[in-house]
Amino acid sequence: MTELSEKTVAAATVALPSTLRLGVARTRVELKQFFRSKDSMIFTFLFPVIMLMIFATVFSRQGDVGPGIPGGPISFGQYFLPGMVATGVMLTSFQSLAIQIPVERDDGALKRLRGTPMPSASYFLGKVGQVLVASVVQLALLFVVARVLFAIPLPTAPGAWLTFLWVFLLGTACGSVLGVAFSSIPSSGRSASAVVVPVVLVLQFISGVYFMYSDLPTWLQRVAEVFPLKWMAQGMRSVFFPDAFKAIEVRDSWEHPMTAVVLAAWLVLGLVVGIRTFRWTRRGDN
Amino acid sequence: MTGAAVVVRGLHKHYGETRAVDGLDLQVESGEVFAVLGPNGAGKTTTVEILEGHRHRDSGEVSVLGVDPARADRNWRSRIGIVLQDAGDQAELTVSEVIRHFAEYYPTPRDADEVIDAVGLTEKAGTRTRQLSGGQRRRLDVALGIVGRPELLFLDEPTTGFDPEARRAFWELIRGLRKDGTTILLTTHYLDEAENLADRVAVIRDGRVLALDTPKNLGGRAASEATVRWIEDGTHRELATSAPTRVVSELTARLAGPSGEVSGLEVIRPSLEDVYLTLIGEPLPVAATKEDLS
Ligand SMILES: Nc1ncnc2c1ncn2[C@@H]1O[C@H](COP(=O)(O)OP(=O)(O)OP(=O)(O)O)[C@@H](O)[C@H]1O
Ligand SMILES: [Mg+2]
Repeated sequence: MTELSEKTVAAATVALPSTLRLGVARTRVELKQFFRSKDSMIFTFLFPVIMLMIFATVFSRQGDVGPGIPGGPISFGQYFLPGMVATGVMLTSFQSLAIQIPVERDDGALKRLRGTPMPSASYFLGKVGQVLVASVVQLALLFVVARVLFAIPLPTAPGAWLTFLWVFLLGTACGSVLGVAFSSIPSSGRSASAVVVPVVLVLQFISGVYFMYSDLPTWLQRVAEVFPLKWMAQGMRSVFFPDAFKAIEVRDSWEHPMTAVVLAAWLVLGLVVGIRTFRWTRRGDN
Repeated sequence: MTGAAVVVRGLHKHYGETRAVDGLDLQVESGEVFAVLGPNGAGKTTTVEILEGHRHRDSGEVSVLGVDPARADRNWRSRIGIVLQDAGDQAELTVSEVIRHFAEYYPTPRDADEVIDAVGLTEKAGTRTRQLSGGQRRRLDVALGIVGRPELLFLDEPTTGFDPEARRAFWELIRGLRKDGTTILLTTHYLDEAENLADRVAVIRDGRVLALDTPKNLGGRAASEATVRWIEDGTHRELATSAPTRVVSELTARLAGPSGEVSGLEVIRPSLEDVYLTLIGEPLPVAATKEDLS
């Protein structure tokens, strides 16, 4: 150990770094940590790609979907793609934050950050940055695999991509704030995945990600309609299916306005709950 | 800067029935190294974390760098450095990445490489923190505490897990920081650490200060009686005295033979550990500081 050199600086005259700059710095380290963790790589980042490959391969012999519908039929891979897009958004936003934050709270990372001049807003900007970058890369990879390996046609109309953009952004925002809000529920870092993963799994099964939503019993459809994943999946179907396929939806419509309303409502709810419940320290540790 | 860096008056913090801090008073002057000693559960961490703004207090006045830590802002946080008692975070980042990243938070940070070097982690700079040994991990905590060039540094048992060489090097680091004007408040269970580093020491127990003084004077140590031991006619003799030098010269005159030696001569003063153990109410063990006068 050597002595530290001393610059004499009047601390008061030097401004603190801006919230935005530190948000960018946080994004960088968040992404490093995300991509270096095997768990988040496999069970969050690559999960939709892996599932698409399995399903598109296994069910390719079962024939196509919607033979009587104009613009149809579509391959099973294409049928499965929007569900995997919605799942990817939910995993990368909701699941990863709802698991990561309790771990950070438990291992003292949040407490350490709290003891520095980094503003809380920068921390959350870092999380948003992580979710955005990771999900954009994740979906890009998913589209490449879909197109190249399974010859799934991707939409060409600008309108479809515009729909994709707002459903994606609203879904990511909603999933992120809900992930932050949910992060106060697991009692420890170790129990976080045990609490979060079943919630995510049940939502996937009832939201028409793996099965055709219209095949679900009506009461289960009503339950799923309360939650955002069903609406994200439906919104993504409107992007990746020919327009006439809205005939397979339960209300013969893509229901875009309703999608926007439900996602926005969860976004607001998540913000209100998240702001009130977020803690930098373990329960009973202050 | 002069004056008090930390002022604590009548601090109370209870957890249910446990009075973790129970009417504690302290004052740490700017520029000094202040050590807090006390048995497990004495309330050291609770007190320090209240000063850091991490815990709420039930009552009492607290001022840290002139600010109530319960109402601390970014500017205040940029002036303090914190090394918590336990942390195992940032596992996937390398030593150098973590230190560089944390340096970005501060207006006038220290040079990251210098800090890495100062805590002796240069060889481990590229290693993920999860692969560090316990002592290396602790050194990283110290590095993160000083990287922001704090005016006031809190260290809660900083050297737990350090090997003897690393502990000596850490002492040098702390002396260097002190020389540059950093105020340091540290807790420790190592009495030699307190004796070597601290300008003043507080012994706390059950959330209260039992004694507060320089390591030399703590618990009336300097004024207390020394014990002189020698062997006379084959038997061990000992005498408690406040004037050991006079006793020794009398013994020399009376007993020293042609060799000029008094056989078995020892002057024993209470060590900091003796004083500490007496203060916290443990029985005094035989161990003592020996000043052989042969
Ligand atoms: N979050 C908490 N909830 C309940 N009790 C607590 C909490 N933190 C501390 N205590 C209690 O308060 C007392 C003081 O604890 P503290 O951690 O301050 O001791 P300490 O002096 O730092 O001990 P050590 O030398 O072991 O680190 C203990 O009896 C402890 O059990
Ligand atoms: Mg402690």
